[in-house]
Amino acid sequence: MNTVALGPLALALAAAPLLPGLINRVKAFFAGRRGPPLFQLYYDLAKLLRKGAVYSRTTTWVFRASPAVGVAAGALALALLPSGGTPALLAFPGDFVLLVYLLGLARFFLVLAALDTGSSFEGLGASREVAFSALAEPAFLIALAALARASGSLSLSGLLGAGGGELPVRLPLLLLAAAALMLVLLTENARVPVDDPNTHLELTMLHEVLVLDYSGPDLAFALYAAALKLWLFGAVLVRTLTGWLPGSPALQTAIFLAGLVTVALAVGVIESCMARLRLTRVPHLLIAANAFALLAVLLGMRQG
Amino acid sequence: MMLHSLTSLLLVFLVLANLRLLGASRLNVCIRTVAAQGVALSLLPLLNASGLSLTSFHALALPTATALVKGALFPWLLFRALREAHVQREVEPYVGFTPSLLFGVGSLAVGGHLAARLPLPGGSPLLVPVALATMLTGLFLIIARRQALMQVVGYLALENGIFAFGASVMKEAPLLVEMGILLDVFVAVFIMGITVFHISREFEHTDTERLSALKDWSP
Amino acid sequence: MTLFLSALALLLCGAAAAPVLRRAPRWASAVGAGSAVLGALLGLAAAVRGLGAAAGADLRLAWTLPMGSFHVLLDRLSSFFLLPLFLLAGLCAVYGYGYFGQHARRRDGASWCFYNLLIVAMALIFTARDLVLFLMAWELMALTSFALVIHEREHDDVRHAGWVYLVASHISLALLLALFLLLGRSAGTTDFDGFTGVIQVGSGLADVLFVLAVLGFGAKAGFLTLHGWLPEAHPAAPSHVSALMSGVMIKTGIYGLVRLLTFLSGPPPLWWGWLLIAVGLGSGVLGVLLALAQHDLKRLLAYHSVENMGIILLGLGIGCLGLTTGRPLWTALGLAGGLLHVLNHALFKGLLFLGAGAVLHTTGLRNMDRLGGLLRRMRWTGLAFIVGASAISGLPPFNGFASEFLIYLASFQTLLSGDSAAVWPALAVIGGLALIGGLAAACFAKVVGIVLLGEPRTAEAGQAHEVSAWLVGPMLVLAALCLVLGLGAPWLVGPLTERMASEVAGWPAGHPLAAGIASLRTVTGLLVALLILTAVLAVVRHALLRKRRVSAAGTWDCGYLQPTARMQYTSSSFAEPLVSFFQPVLRTRVEGAAPHGLFPGPSARHTHTPDTPTEWLAAPLFRGVARLAWPMRRLQQGRVQWYVLYIAIMLLVLLVWKL
Repeated sequence: MNTVALGPLALALAAAPLLPGLINRVKAFFAGRRGPPLFQLYYDLAKLLRKGAVYSRTTTWVFRASPAVGVAAGALALALLPSGGTPALLAFPGDFVLLVYLLGLARFFLVLAALDTGSSFEGLGASREVAFSALAEPAFLIALAALARASGSLSLSGLLGAGGGELPVRLPLLLLAAAALMLVLLTENARVPVDDPNTHLELTMLHEVLVLDYSGPDLAFALYAAALKLWLFGAVLVRTLTGWLPGSPALQTAIFLAGLVTVALAVGVIESCMARLRLTRVPHLLIAANAFALLAVLLGMRQG
Repeated sequence: MMLHSLTSLLLVFLVLANLRLLGASRLNVCIRTVAAQGVALSLLPLLNASGLSLTSFHALALPTATALVKGALFPWLLFRALREAHVQREVEPYVGFTPSLLFGVGSLAVGGHLAARLPLPGGSPLLVPVALATMLTGLFLIIARRQALMQVVGYLALENGIFAFGASVMKEAPLLVEMGILLDVFVAVFIMGITVFHISREFEHTDTERLSALKDWSP
Repeated sequence: MTLFLSALALLLCGAAAAPVLRRAPRWASAVGAGSAVLGALLGLAAAVRGLGAAAGADLRLAWTLPMGSFHVLLDRLSSFFLLPLFLLAGLCAVYGYGYFGQHARRRDGASWCFYNLLIVAMALIFTARDLVLFLMAWELMALTSFALVIHEREHDDVRHAGWVYLVASHISLALLLALFLLLGRSAGTTDFDGFTGVIQVGSGLADVLFVLAVLGFGAKAGFLTLHGWLPEAHPAAPSHVSALMSGVMIKTGIYGLVRLLTFLSGPPPLWWGWLLIAVGLGSGVLGVLLALAQHDLKRLLAYHSVENMGIILLGLGIGCLGLTTGRPLWTALGLAGGLLHVLNHALFKGLLFLGAGAVLHTTGLRNMDRLGGLLRRMRWTGLAFIVGASAISGLPPFNGFASEFLIYLASFQTLLSGDSAAVWPALAVIGGLALIGGLAAACFAKVVGIVLLGEPRTAEAGQAHEVSAWLVGPMLVLAALCLVLGLGAPWLVGPLTERMASEVAGWPAGHPLAAGIASLRTVTGLLVALLILTAVLAVVRHALLRKRRVSAAGTWDCGYLQPTARMQYTSSSFAEPLVSFFQPVLRTRVEGAAPHGLFPGPSARHTHTPDTPTEWLAAPLFRGVARLAWPMRRLQQGRVQWYVLYIAIMLLVLLVWKL
């Protein structure tokens, strides 16, 4: 166990709610508004944690357990991720498989909680969530496979952080894997062009509708879990692109954080410039993600 | 090395174009995509030339000619056919877009698998798989789309694949051979353009399904 | 060995006693189930001892048949397969006692007789060391399970399912007969001891044998295109029988394949591994897709068996590639993953079938679109079912994750090696497993969400109540085992599968699996942390809410005034995005029209997903056979004289031919 990583882990847990705030600021900027404060999600979480709760009479313990499972799985998944300069808290061969399945566990319970309310509206969101993630999961794992092959390592700390190999040789591979990971990020976090988080109470949303019936501390947990997930995918993406950079741990950390800010900005820009795709077109996007990941593997074929 | 990764990025662009061709539902998008693919390809010999003798006439003439013909002439011919013949703007697939895209991904895997077995000289590891995938995509478009113009587009994609394949096999392609191929393609596109026009005048449609009315025997 | 034999004896006694007591069905049930439970306990002890022993216990008895002998051996591979058999057989017997309990009928006695015989048959298959004994046990298994499937034979569909199953079993038997006759001929003996190294790798005969084995064992295990009987037979059988059939019986096919690998003279050719992976991918992906499109709960579970057989095959396939290329690491991880999945699947699939049985028992419904809200009415069944659903979706911290993790690790190791012959299959396994995992999670989110959660969609579902302790007990035990195996995997994988993998691959036990086990240990640590963290968060939430106002209201309905339970999402609508995405493969038919106009009349709409592989491959085959066989009907005259004539002609021909 690498105890040095406790610092970055604590930072991730503390700073994750910043990213959605950042995205919202970018969107506000593009729309010519002032937008909510950067720390809006913190205020929301603090407010929600102080409130009571209202539960639907239909719901069972599944509904109440789901947010806790989501936060726990998200936090543990973060413990497997390397951040700038330091390897992860725990690194072992195959840790990314656990990461993917921890996210799967969180999603499974989120979807069950949505179905627990008996609302057809939430059933709709749940159905789309599982459909898209089933197609995104292969892209994620194949992209990681490409990185694993290029780096010769089977743990996230190795395959996202190993400096080996000159940049020009690996650049196309890294770019391809990053493109695949970016599409997976947009899908898993329900951002434009897969889903529009702004369309409250319209029939297009994934994440927003899944947590529709939550209130109070449960809603706070659910929102926090979503922020952790965004941080997690952002971190994977940033480490993919910058993992080869040399430098002292402090510099690396700075690069890492700057990268995460860039990812949030990029998501915000995409969200401001693009419309949501037609729903039947979303799988095509995910097929493209799979194709990118496969190409990355192909590229790594003769180099390894 | 820098050139090496540039080649790779170019090839990735080719694959993207393939996927766009497979997933697009409008004819004009397809025509533009295949033209862009052709232009991108014309850069390939430049990057692939080992000594980078940019000064020689040979090294510059072929890419320029290819880019001009594929990037300007063909789209112009095709758009003219599109306009004059008042064809439907939809590609009218026999095979839906989702399976088509899946085919695109599958063709990459098949290309990668075949490339591993072919005794070919080095270069970017993507070159042969992508060339094969592009050829397969072209063939697929010819088979799986109803519009006569889409068959021209498929034919062009197929030719792009052959061009890329040729670039991997021959480091120094004889200028005359390449020019000859380019001319062949030009004639083919020209004739197909005229044919499309006539088909549409005869049947008031360019749906190749209707061509089956020409056969002698009918059940 | 004494333990094992006494287990068999006890089971046979139970089989004999149960039908005698058929006039007192409750007693027949008690005796039949009791002997099954006791026999299973003894057998379990024998299996555990067999796993620990260095050399297997050997027993050879002479018999009066002209060929073969009664030769059984409890080596580690056999003992490993006996483990899920006796575990599930005992628990299912308890469940079955409760299941038959309330509506005891005279035929229950016969059913218990066949149940005990089925356990004996499977135990003999896993231990037989003689091909005559093996084939006899195989046939006994086919017949007894057929008799169990047609328990409710007054229904047409049950009889039809029975026929389909009987035909499938005998096709399998015919192929295996050819396989074993060829094997026996080239070994010159019927004893398995003489088979070691008898399959000359590289010869045409070896390839023929392998294909025969994949087809013959595959028909039993339900590999793709040979799986047609599973979705028919499993829903028809009583639930504890479905659980045993799906949990253990189809694994006899896997056992046969693995056992065959030990008869090889050297490393198998490359394409064997490729074939196993291709069949595994097809079974896995198509199995889960077909499952996703089902409305019938037990049919859905049957398709998931096809999927899980696919996952096991993926592990075996990577193991095979490792054997070919001489990489003990791949073989160890792949085989260990595949074999561990055999045990895991027995646990969670048994659990899920028992859960489906409990739902059927209390509501009389199998159609998911008519159920709903059962978790509030059946707390313990619901809890166990959710555990089983998480486990089968490969989610941590349950046991399905451990075996899939090992298979993933095997394929990633293969991918890293850069061996071009193995890279593509490995990549296919990674992508395939990820897709299968995502789809399975989608499918079980559907099952749990539609059946257990929400509001009941019909009156029958609304009147559901918790089933008796006889039924709940076994389910809770299985659920607990799913968690224990999920967390305890690193300590179990070593003793359970490592030595066995070395037995199959023929290298000394020890090193290759160590890396995988070390990873699994860390995983266990993390999963314990996950459980603790979840509990802490739950406590925090509880503490936060304790002094505040917590109120109950209706589900948010967007302002609609009269929401009804029928308006909830159904299983068909939940699966629709994925089903329509995979439409080219699934060919789902939608019947009925959507309502239109201002004041639409009543309209109905339902979907039906045909079993495309069966319809396209198996059905034309059977039609062809039927057409060929039709003229033979003339031989069937119904007059005794003609039959005597046939016999006379046959005798003459044989005499002329042989003399």
